[in-house]
Amino acid sequence: MRVRIARDLCVGAGQCERSAPAVFAQDDSGLSLALTEEPAAEQWPSVHEAADLCPVGAVLVAVGRLAPYDGRETA
Amino acid sequence: MARTCPFQPPGRYAELRATTPIAPARVWDGSRTWLITKREHMRALLADSRVRIDPARVPRLSPADGEAEATRSLLTLDAPDHGTLRRVFIPEFTVRSVRAMRPGIERIVDGLLDRFDGLDRPADLVAELALPMSTLVICELLGVPYEDHEFFQSRSERATRLMGDEDSVTALLELRDYLDGLIAAKARATTSDGGVIGTLAQGLRAGELTHADVLDNAVLLLAAGHETSAAMTSLSVLTLLQHPQAWQELSADPGLLPNAVEELLRYLTVADGLRRSAAADIVLDDHTIRAGDGLIFLLASGNRDEDVFPSPDVFDIHRPARQHVAFGYGPHQCLGQNLARLELEVTLGAVLRRLPELRLATDVEALQVKEDSAIFGLHGLPVTW
Repeated sequence: MRVRIARDLCVGAGQCERSAPAVFAQDDSGLSLALTEEPAAEQWPSVHEAADLCPVGAVLVAVGRLAPYDGRETA
Repeated sequence: MARTCPFQPPGRYAELRATTPIAPARVWDGSRTWLITKREHMRALLADSRVRIDPARVPRLSPADGEAEATRSLLTLDAPDHGTLRRVFIPEFTVRSVRAMRPGIERIVDGLLDRFDGLDRPADLVAELALPMSTLVICELLGVPYEDHEFFQSRSERATRLMGDEDSVTALLELRDYLDGLIAAKARATTSDGGVIGTLAQGLRAGELTHADVLDNAVLLLAAGHETSAAMTSLSVLTLLQHPQAWQELSADPGLLPNAVEELLRYLTVADGLRRSAAADIVLDDHTIRAGDGLIFLLASGNRDEDVFPSPDVFDIHRPARQHVAFGYGPHQCLGQNLARLELEVTLGAVLRRLPELRLATDVEALQVKEDSAIFGLHGLPVTW
């Protein structure tokens, strides 16, 4: 599993850090980042919960390789 | 649709979910609006960039509704301006920032409970605990100096309790004037002494924000954070009193509190009826929502959606409840949600620990509920211990 946060979508709700604090954290700006791109298998359930709870779909999860993310407009 | 029972959303919600989950409706001026009652539809639409919050376009519930909305706040702006403004506030509301507020909230709650020994019984839990807790936490958050807490508390209490009448408008204007002065003082100060206003005042000095931006949003934080947390606190205590087994389990194991708080948020959903409008045609489950149509999200219905929460009308502190939409969804999802969770966790934990004999001093049926208020709640909660 690979994970990434779409920082341009993130609204700082903190849901991902609450679900999976070993994988996601809010930095000083309050936006989230993935602490690791390849979380350990025991983290997968909490990563899925984080992706489900994120209100803007900013938690990107892929099985295998994750395509490069080039950002996309939220407007 | 008025809500008359503290524990049950209006009965029509379940009927709509079962028969017409995306229901066409008309508001008073005849404009086309959709009532959304299923949790999945709420998530899809509230996160959709074609769905807008601009108050000039959302369905108005009465002729006077929306007339006073000429502000530039988190609740009136759409992308991209909303995102820019929200990012100024986010650092104050992160999981980490909110965690740092725990000792302050514990001090506030302990101070209020210390006074319970001297109170006549029965006492009103809304007036003695829920409202002052909520106000004092906002004072701390905004950075209102200690010597002004009493002023702030009395005005917010009046503004909330007497919602709509002349006295409440006066109190609200006094609060606004007070915050106006506080922002100006903090903008002149050379160092930030903490608090959201102090931080925002720095942005004001740097030219990133205008004085009006800071004032509108400080008032918004007060309005959005005060009545909601107070209402959730008193309704939560009432809910736990009505579920003695949950009360006992939480007393024995406070580790269950965070999930119980999620379940209380789901079960009680005090902020119902979010409003938006469609900026383009949106097709959802065979319905076409036309550009310009209004949308009303009945969050209390989404949180009783049997497709997401089995036996939704059962209060169960052990169920997985985090998927609720009590804080909304999408880019406007409640900025203060983590603070609200912490306020509830700390306050309920302290009540369970310090008032183990607490009981209701009236019949549930006799409680006065805020039937048609924007924020559901109790006018009072007489308790004894």
